[in-house]
Amino acid sequence: MSTTTPSRTTDTDGAGRPRSPIVHHKRRIDPLYYLFLFPSLALFSLAVTLPAVLGFGYSFTNSIGFGDWEFIGVRNYIAMFRDQGILGSYTFTLGFSLITVILVNVIAFALALGLTSRIRFTAVLRTIYVIPMVISGIVIAFVFQYLFANTVPGIGQSIGSDALSTSILADPDWAWLSIVIVTAWQSIPGTMLIYIAGLVTIPGEVYEAGSIDGATGWQSIRHITLPLVSGFIVINTILGFKNYLNAYDIIVGLTDGGPGVATRSVAMSIFRGFEGGDYAYQMANAMVFFLISIALALLQLRITRGRTVI
Amino acid sequence: MSTTTPAASAAPAGSTPDPSRSSATTQPARRRRRGKVGRERINWPVTVLLLVGALAVLVPLFVTVNMSLKTTEQAVDGNAFGLPDPLTFSSFVEAWNLTNFPRGFAISIFITTIAVIGEIVISALAAYAIVRNWDHRLFRWSFFYLLAAMFIPFPVVALPQIQLTGMLGLDNPLGVAILHIAFALAFNTLLFTAFLRTIPLELEESMRMDGAGTWQVFWKLILPLLGPMCATVGIFAFIASWNDFMMPSLIISDPTLQTIPVLQNMFQTQFSNSYNVAFASYLMAMAPAIIVYLFAQRWVMSGLTQGAIK
Repeated sequence: MSTTTPSRTTDTDGAGRPRSPIVHHKRRIDPLYYLFLFPSLALFSLAVTLPAVLGFGYSFTNSIGFGDWEFIGVRNYIAMFRDQGILGSYTFTLGFSLITVILVNVIAFALALGLTSRIRFTAVLRTIYVIPMVISGIVIAFVFQYLFANTVPGIGQSIGSDALSTSILADPDWAWLSIVIVTAWQSIPGTMLIYIAGLVTIPGEVYEAGSIDGATGWQSIRHITLPLVSGFIVINTILGFKNYLNAYDIIVGLTDGGPGVATRSVAMSIFRGFEGGDYAYQMANAMVFFLISIALALLQLRITRGRTVI
Repeated sequence: MSTTTPAASAAPAGSTPDPSRSSATTQPARRRRRGKVGRERINWPVTVLLLVGALAVLVPLFVTVNMSLKTTEQAVDGNAFGLPDPLTFSSFVEAWNLTNFPRGFAISIFITTIAVIGEIVISALAAYAIVRNWDHRLFRWSFFYLLAAMFIPFPVVALPQIQLTGMLGLDNPLGVAILHIAFALAFNTLLFTAFLRTIPLELEESMRMDGAGTWQVFWKLILPLLGPMCATVGIFAFIASWNDFMMPSLIISDPTLQTIPVLQNMFQTQFSNSYNVAFASYLMAMAPAIIVYLFAQRWVMSGLTQGAIK
C-alpha cells in the first residue's frame, strides 16, 4: 500500500507540516483527508440540511404531503399564531421544560452531593442511581402509566385521599405532572453524573479553609460548592432544555398527549402533519420551533456567561 | 472499587483542555477521598436518605419484575405490589411469541451495531481530517457546518425526512441507523476534535517518516489513541440507538421490521388486559441495556461523564 502514491503524499506532508504555520496556504493537502471528511458532510447534508431546506420551502405552500401544491406565502405562519392547539403545545412544552430543568437539577445536585460525601455503600448506591439512564423512555413510561392508572389510585382509595383516588393521567390539570416525574426519573442520573464529575474536582483544602473560617455545612455549599460548579450547572441546564423541548417518547407512553390535548408537546403536534393534511402547516410549525430552540439556547448562553464571570 | 471511578475518570476528562490546572486540582481531591474512609466519620443520615431515595429507582423495576411473574388472572387486580401467587414464567413465553422477540431483537441489534460502528468511524475520520487541516478553510468551515446540527433537533426535519427516506427506499432499519449516525455527528465530532487536539504531532510524524501514509496513520495510530473517546461515543450510541422510539416509529414503514421499544406499543392497543405479558415484554426490552450497563458500568460512568464535560 505504501509503495507509490501514498509515499509521495507522505513526503509533502512530512516536509510541509513543521513549516505549516508560516506557509499554510501553500501546503498540499493529502487527498485522503477529503475522503475522510466526505462521509460526514454527505450524511449531514442528506439527513439534516436537505430536509431542513425542503421543510423551509414547503412551509410557504399548501402541500398536504403529496400531489399538487402552490405557494401561499406566510399564510401558514399567520394561521399558526391563531391556532389554540399549537399555542397550547408551546405553552405546555416550554412550561414542562422549565419545571423539569429546575426539578432535575435540584435533585441531581443533591444526589451528587450525597454520593460524594462520607457515606457507606457508595458503589452500590451509584450503580442503582444510574440505572434509569439506560432504560428506554417509552418502556419506563408504560410501567409508570400502569402505576399512575392503577396502583396510585388504589393506594389513594385505601388511605381515603380523594386527590389520589383518580388517575392523574386522566386529569387535564395535572397530567403534566406525571410527565415531569417520569422525565425526571429518567434524566436525573445523567445530570447527577455531570455534577459528580464537577464536585470531585473541588480540592478538599477549600472546604478545610472554609471550616476554619467557621463555615457551616449549608454555608460551604452556598459559598464554596455552588460557585465552583457553576460551569456544570450551565452544561446541565442547556443539555436539559435541549432534551425536554423535544419531549416525545415518554409522553406517548404516558398520556399520548391527552387528556384531550392537555399534554401535547410541540414535537407531537409536528408529527401529526401527516394526518389530516396539515403537512405544510406543521412544517411552518417546525420552523418556528427551530427558531425558538435556537433563541433559547443563545439566551441561556448569554445569561449564564454573565453569571460565570461573577 | 467504583468509589474512585468518577474521580479517576474526571481527571483525564478535565485535564485534556488544560493539563496543568487539573492535575493540580484532582490530586488533592483524590487523596482527600481516600483519606476520608479511615479518618472521618461516616455520615449515616445521608447514607440512610440515599438508601431510601434509591427506592424511587428500584420500585418501578421491582413492579416490572413482580408483575411479569404473575398469571393474567392475578395481574388484572391492579395491585402492583402483591407478590405473584402462583409464580409463573409463562408470560415470558407469551410475550416472546406475541412480539416475535427474536426478530425485534435482531432488528434492534442491527440498528444499534451500525449506529455504534458508524458513529465512531465516520466521526473519527472527519475529526481527524478537520484537526490536521484546521488551517485550511474548507475543513474549518466543515467543522462549523457539522456543529450546527446541535441546534437542529429531529422534530424540525422529521416530516421532510420521512418523505425522503421513503423515496430513497430507506424507510427501514438501515435508514434509522443512518439517521442515528447523522444526528449524533455534531456531538461526536466535537468530542473527537477536542481530544485529537491534545495528541502531539510527533507520534504521527515519526510514523510517517517510516513511510506510513495517512490511511495507515489513521487506523494504526489515531483510532487506537482515540480509544477512550471511542468508548464514550460507543456507549452514547448504544444507549441512544437501543432505546430510541421516535425515529423507528416514524421512519420504519413496515410494522414487521420494528424495533423492540416500538413493539411494546402493542400492549397499549391490542393486548391491553394482559398486564403480566406486557410487563414480561417490558422487562425483556429493558434487560439488554441494564445487563450491558451492570457489566460495563465502570466504562459507562466514566464515558458518560467524559462526554458531558467535553
